[in-house]
Amino acid sequence: MRRLLRRRGRPEPSSTRPQPDGPRRIVPVLQLRDAVKEYPGAPPVRALDGVSLDVVSGEMVAVVGPSGSGKSTLLHMIGALDRPSTGIVRVAGSDLSRLSDPQLSALRARRIGFVFQRFHLLSGLTAEDNVATGLVYRGVPSGERRERATRALEQVGLAKRATHRPTELSGGEQQRVAIARAIVGGPAIVLADEPTGNLDSATGGEILDVFGALHAGGTTIVLITHDASVAAHAPRVIALRDGRVAHDSRRDGAAPAGQVALSGAGTGPGGTL
Amino acid sequence: MSATTSVLAPTRVRPRDIVGQGLVGLRSKRLRTLLTAVGITIGIAAMISVVGISSSSRADLLAQLDTLGTNLLQVQPGQSIFGDSSELPLSAPAMIRRIDPVESASATRTVDDATVRRNDLIPAEESGGISVLATETNLLDTLDGTLADGVFLNPATGAYPSVVLGSVAAERLGITSLNGDPLVFIGGRWFKVIGILDPVPLAPDIDRSVMVGYDVAKSLFGIDDAPSTVRVRTDPDYTESVWSVLAETANPENPNEVEVTRPSDALEAKAQADKTLTALLLGLGSVALLVGGVGIANVMVISVLERRAEIGVRRALGATRRHIRMQFLVESMLLAGLGGTIGVALGAAITAIYANARDWTFAIPQTALLGGVAASLLVGALAGLYPAARASRLAPAEAVRAE
Repeated sequence: MRRLLRRRGRPEPSSTRPQPDGPRRIVPVLQLRDAVKEYPGAPPVRALDGVSLDVVSGEMVAVVGPSGSGKSTLLHMIGALDRPSTGIVRVAGSDLSRLSDPQLSALRARRIGFVFQRFHLLSGLTAEDNVATGLVYRGVPSGERRERATRALEQVGLAKRATHRPTELSGGEQQRVAIARAIVGGPAIVLADEPTGNLDSATGGEILDVFGALHAGGTTIVLITHDASVAAHAPRVIALRDGRVAHDSRRDGAAPAGQVALSGAGTGPGGTL
Repeated sequence: MSATTSVLAPTRVRPRDIVGQGLVGLRSKRLRTLLTAVGITIGIAAMISVVGISSSSRADLLAQLDTLGTNLLQVQPGQSIFGDSSELPLSAPAMIRRIDPVESASATRTVDDATVRRNDLIPAEESGGISVLATETNLLDTLDGTLADGVFLNPATGAYPSVVLGSVAAERLGITSLNGDPLVFIGGRWFKVIGILDPVPLAPDIDRSVMVGYDVAKSLFGIDDAPSTVRVRTDPDYTESVWSVLAETANPENPNEVEVTRPSDALEAKAQADKTLTALLLGLGSVALLVGGVGIANVMVISVLERRAEIGVRRALGATRRHIRMQFLVESMLLAGLGGTIGVALGAAITAIYANARDWTFAIPQTALLGGVAASLLVGALAGLYPAARASRLAPAEAVRAE
């Protein structure tokens, strides 16, 4: 499952080269060591309070937790949108605290695919162009962008909707477009933030099936959700509470359903998450 | 290690894509785009049409000057050092004709005491502002004038009471053609009208005069030969050098009492005078442009607030702060550039319509057209600076959470 090294379309020159050192299988795509994120204020808010976890290439992980558990902050860390206050966050081998803002951007462009709860498609663009936007910041020429976008749309089963605008698509279709945009660059990780949160359960199920198929094809997926039934689709579940890992099914073995449900019950303080 | 550096190597966006993003941004809000661009359009259209109209009018004047020629000089008596009005010597015309590059020179003499009337029943006081000139018979050649009707004075008719009317004088006397052999009453005598002149742009005083022969004027009104004006047509290449010797030639004893002018300078001065008005109107145009720019800045700020989610998504897709800043800056410039381009077209159309109505040749300097677009782009860039900076300062983690 060397997803990190397998790229669709024309790969960028040196990213295809196998890394020279060590055995691959156990090198994590994502590595957090005592990651702490504190937001200034009086008193300061500690959104992540020493989180350590590894995600290896090809895994599908669900991060669950109630509002205020630090899910969103964790998403920002592993999505290289923000740096930890202390501790280490490594994404695709790069330590975020050592990266400049442009380097974080570069890392996101080349290694991370985002899927948002509200899809966040650009309303002025067709489905295909929206998907192609995922390659704009890598300087890929437009012809090649289009080709790869078409293939990504095929992968999510939306090839026939390529020329439709977001307003002409159902919620489920829009989310498929967003998934295609996330995978078009062949990222090391696909990060999905409540991808079913704006969909009815049937459509949500379809979207989870798309993620399942991508996982089966070798894509590393991190799914962030407050919904235990969504999390149940992932082979590995990490439960967050109050900024800490309360349960990790890989570390602690399969959690009893009740424990995950407890984490998802929304007992934490109401926040923006 | 090499893999790592490649992953973190600066991301880049093709310039075409940045322009493309800007166009998408504008296209998705068409009405707002148009309304916002209107301010710039008005400003640029105002400036272009002001420049266009004034340069068309100037082109017209200069074309007129071209056909009239700038080689006509006018010699008149000035003032003596004591402030008395002086006279040109009798010999002046002959002396001037002896200057080599002088093609022709003709003297006229104002007949001060005579008035011209349509008939003897009109009181003498009602001269109608028309003066009577005793003229040499080559005046028409020197002025390069043309006749609307009839003939000019010649040595034969000049010796008899016959008269040629300037265009304005003819109009005031109510004589538009020679049909019915019209007569006019000059200084107590009837004169036969033998010709009517077309307007002479370089000699408006001729338009307001009636011309009689020197001989008649001398015998009937008792004037002497001393000319009140000598008009000189020179070889165009030597106008300046003729000008420099005219005073001494006309009046060798008192060259400082001679006034030499070039009538075409007055027309040129008129062309120049328009520039003052142009500058004023350009000022008004730039105020409109400024207001348009403020409008764009305002709309761009709102746009940045509304599009926080888009900014977040773009940051998540790998856009750097610089990319976001460029996107909004380019969008602002495109918005203003759109308004500017429409404004240039509108201004050119206004100029064309106006010039056409005035029978002018349509003339807009190319620099004005390019300058109009460039100015609007500049305004767009300035207006976009602040909104673009705001957009780029949004923290990506915050922006992705925006609605």
